[in-house]
Amino acid sequence: MNSIVCIKQVPNTNEVRINQETGTLIRDGVPSIINPDDRNAIEGALKIKEELGGTVTVITMGPEQAKAALREAMAMGADRAILLSDRAFAGSDTWATATILAAALDKIGETDLIFCGRQAIDGDTAQVGPELAEFLDIPQVTYAKEVVVEKDKVRVTRYGESGDYIMEAPMPVMLTAIRELNEPRLPHVRSIIEAWEKKDIEVWTMEDLTIDPTQIGLKGSPTNVFRSFVPVREKQSEIIQGNTPREKAALLLDRLSSQKLV
Amino acid sequence: MKRAKVNQGEDLQEYKDVYVIGECLDGRLHPVTLELMGEGRKLANQLKRHLGVILLGDGMDEALEHLQDYDADVIYHLKHPLLKDFSTEGYVKVLNDFIRGNKPEILLIGATSYGRDIAPRLAGRLGTGLTADCTKLEIDPADGKLLQTRPAFGGNLMATIICPKNRPQMSTVRPGVMERAHKLAEGKAHLVTVIPELEPKDIRVALVEKKPPAKKQVNLIDARVVVSGGRGLKTPEGFRLIEELADVLGGEVGSSRACVDAGWISHAHQVGQTGTTVRPEIYIACGISGAIQHLAGMSEADYIVAINKDPEAPIFNVCDYGIVGDLYEILPAMIEDYRKRKEEANHA
Ligand SMILES: Cc1cc2nc3c(=O)[nH]c(=O)nc-3n(C[C@H](O)[C@H](O)[C@H](O)COP(=O)(O)OP(=O)(O)OC[C@H]3O[C@@H](n4cnc5c(N)ncnc54)[C@H](O)[C@@H]3O)c2cc1C
Repeated sequence: MNSIVCIKQVPNTNEVRINQETGTLIRDGVPSIINPDDRNAIEGALKIKEELGGTVTVITMGPEQAKAALREAMAMGADRAILLSDRAFAGSDTWATATILAAALDKIGETDLIFCGRQAIDGDTAQVGPELAEFLDIPQVTYAKEVVVEKDKVRVTRYGESGDYIMEAPMPVMLTAIRELNEPRLPHVRSIIEAWEKKDIEVWTMEDLTIDPTQIGLKGSPTNVFRSFVPVREKQSEIIQGNTPREKAALLLDRLSSQKLV
Repeated sequence: MKRAKVNQGEDLQEYKDVYVIGECLDGRLHPVTLELMGEGRKLANQLKRHLGVILLGDGMDEALEHLQDYDADVIYHLKHPLLKDFSTEGYVKVLNDFIRGNKPEILLIGATSYGRDIAPRLAGRLGTGLTADCTKLEIDPADGKLLQTRPAFGGNLMATIICPKNRPQMSTVRPGVMERAHKLAEGKAHLVTVIPELEPKDIRVALVEKKPPAKKQVNLIDARVVVSGGRGLKTPEGFRLIEELADVLGGEVGSSRACVDAGWISHAHQVGQTGTTVRPEIYIACGISGAIQHLAGMSEADYIVAINKDPEAPIFNVCDYGIVGDLYEILPAMIEDYRKRKEEANHA
């Protein structure tokens, strides 16, 4: 059972600060991490490998620094790691990113399972996985909270707002992992050292892939950022005045419903 | 299958009208449908275009009948036995065919777990851009393009996204944010039934079982509303009142550490530096003084409500709305009043 896991290195948004004057992110000193849902995706692939054999390949598109995320994935147990890095990739939106990943997955060749995290904490789009599946013309199951391989099929419990669905998919299939899927392992110190010392990371550029250049990068992306800004939040406390508890409660509910909160 | 491409220099003028895709699974109409219709109507009016509503499925006459009471120019029912159950591939195939035929300029979908499953795949097949989880949509008065605004980096930043060269301009829209459609004063919205082409082989993933919603578990992180109790409750039974308010508002129960330490409630409910950090739309602190370690876990809430009998309590410095009073008087009044409002809204 061979799996490919698409991961992303993201700034830890819990620690992101904004320069209020320029409206830009202060990235200095903000640690980069493997996107949390992607760790569940890695763990999902590793569990299947342990049970049924096969390999796990991790792949990411990003700058040179993103190698750290790949090393961490190898320390967790991934066999092979590929970095997709090229100036031409910069500024890609989800369409362009999925285009590049699809080209890389075409090059890797036959695979049984493709795992992605549901969404990344920097952009929260949840779009790259399904777009990738579409470009590869393979089926998808998103929001996977349980994955069981049964012979030539995968049985996936898919989270839904009003109850879960159990889906059965042929392979290859693209799955997006959510937090409920598993508890990602922490790598042993020994495997961390090994991942840094012994294991190579392959780096693929535009030249290694068959990609239509009009579909990628800033220029090829169908969506563009028009502007970005810091949400203004002027906090003005209002102490609600009223003669009785009933009156105060009613006035509070009026305030909340006028803000469409309740 | 031939892959779609973007930026093919197509004639954008051919695309007209605003379409929204409603959500109706297992016969239940998701509330986001009416929100999409309300927002879609606003955009359509600004562009002087029509509003079309798409609903997929089979055996959902009641939901359709209900929708026809709301303001829309046309409701398109894509009706097929194979659409009775949700499937990514079935939905995307018939939507792709329909959208390519009708060419709307704007296409909105609810940012639910289903909308976010099909929308990117549909955008991929149509050859257009998609903006996720929008909280604000506007028409640029200069050139009529759609300005799609959404939070990024955990809400630290807002970004306005455009899709200048491809159509339709597609967004998924966060549930609970947009204003719902108006009921029609008289008459019914026009209903058109479309029978799409769909075969069993088009759907490779089978839905084999539907599970009922899981029993309640603590999920503070994703909660839209958190109602928290503190030492001001005085007794563990006080949490029943907190629970009741959380229930009627559709929220989760939180707690200060004081109550966890006292053994009144489990640690899973603790909010703060050594508990969970929450970022709900509304955080209601009842009988909580507002110690810095507690604030560390909830100050990012969109709206903070404080109920405390001490007017000097520090929690009042960080709240949006405060009530000075006894929580045992205020909370029951809130619960009763809210229930009444909900009932009235249901009858309206
Ligand atoms: C290292 C460290 C970590 C900590 N981590 C956390 C943490 O993660 N989360 C956390 O919450 N705390 C944490 N604390 C504890 C924190 O400092 C406070 O002690 C705690 O938050 C106080 O809880 P409280 O507000 O419920 O109680 P109190 O401070 O005792 O406040 C009770 C409030 O209830 C009001 N009140 C009383 N009766 C009524 C009534 N009938 N109606 C309305 N109001 C009433 C009172 O006016 C008072 O303001 C931490 C402390 C330390 C040192």
